[in-house]
Amino acid sequence: MALNWKYGGVLLGLVFFLAVALVKPIGVSTQFVILDGILWNAINPDVVTATDDGFTSTNAYLAKSGGKYAESVAEPWNYSFVFVLAMMAGAALSVFARGGLSREERSIPELWRNTVGDGTAKRYAVAFIGGFIVLYGARLAGGCTSGHMMSGMMQTALSGYIFAAGAFAAAIPVAIFMYKEA
Amino acid sequence: MTSIILAIIIGAAFGATLDRVGATNPSLIGRMLNVTNLHLMKTILLAIGTGSILMFGGQMLGLVDVGHMSVKAAYIGVFIGGLLLGTGWAMSGYCPGTGVCAAASGRKDALFFIAGGLFGAAAYMVTYPAWKASGMLEDLAGGKVTIGTVPGAPYDGLTAMSGDVIGIVLGALLVVIAFALPMSLRTGGHAVPAE
Repeated sequence: MALNWKYGGVLLGLVFFLAVALVKPIGVSTQFVILDGILWNAINPDVVTATDDGFTSTNAYLAKSGGKYAESVAEPWNYSFVFVLAMMAGAALSVFARGGLSREERSIPELWRNTVGDGTAKRYAVAFIGGFIVLYGARLAGGCTSGHMMSGMMQTALSGYIFAAGAFAAAIPVAIFMYKEA
Repeated sequence: MTSIILAIIIGAAFGATLDRVGATNPSLIGRMLNVTNLHLMKTILLAIGTGSILMFGGQMLGLVDVGHMSVKAAYIGVFIGGLLLGTGWAMSGYCPGTGVCAAASGRKDALFFIAGGLFGAAAYMVTYPAWKASGMLEDLAGGKVTIGTVPGAPYDGLTAMSGDVIGIVLGALLVVIAFALPMSLRTGGHAVPAE
């Protein structure tokens, strides 16, 4: 079961504090772009190219802000990319340490099974479409739940509040409509 | 090299914590968003409040480098992107960070979420010029701004009030909301708070 919110909240807050105290605020969604760029550049090496003072790209998004994304694509072993890989390892170890997930849960989450059904095709299709919308939205917004909502609101950034307002304004009605547990 | 070691330590701590608070479980996300079980909402509010108080407190005491702050720009697209992310978050039960953690935890649906996410991010990379031309990426209210003016930070404040004090006050407010928020706003089959 999940940690009591009082402990869990303080623990999660400490991690966010540690990140900004030692390095910089936590963010995740940019790394989807970096991985896309790496894959794209592997297929077509002309996508990201070195310049006299850094990197640029034939893609306007990778080339923006002085080519900082292009640089991360060219040299991915940087803090933010390794951070996401470490997150995955940390979560996997934590799940393993508490005994792992059941076969049913690994296939379809309990709430979905209770409210939508136990067909895997539908669950996987909706997870795929959901992922598409989440990352499209996160890149349009310039950040996700981690970077905008948590890190942003922690720093009292105006953008963090705007993002959180938009996210919950859409998420709550959609969830109420989709998940009706008896 | 130091930065890579820090990435491993902080990243692993973040991933493990997301698992322990239940954020990587789509059922708990779904019950937070359909407001039948706000346990996770209380966790998140308390976390943001705690982080804020520690960060701004540390900056006031000179223990935390203000230069580590990284404030993102505000523009219309932030709200539209938020609406989109919220929709997909409710549908899938995952956001980018919890999705990758869930996939690493063995959840198969999270692999589909990541695949969809890679296509979604790629779609944005391709359509970015249209958004840029639409003007919806233009700064609002100064763009990279904080509520108060943080001493030593390169960001403007919406108000001239001390950004550090405002940060601590708003952080404390989030902590109060976390405590005041009821465990549930609607009845549902699983409104019982998690242990």
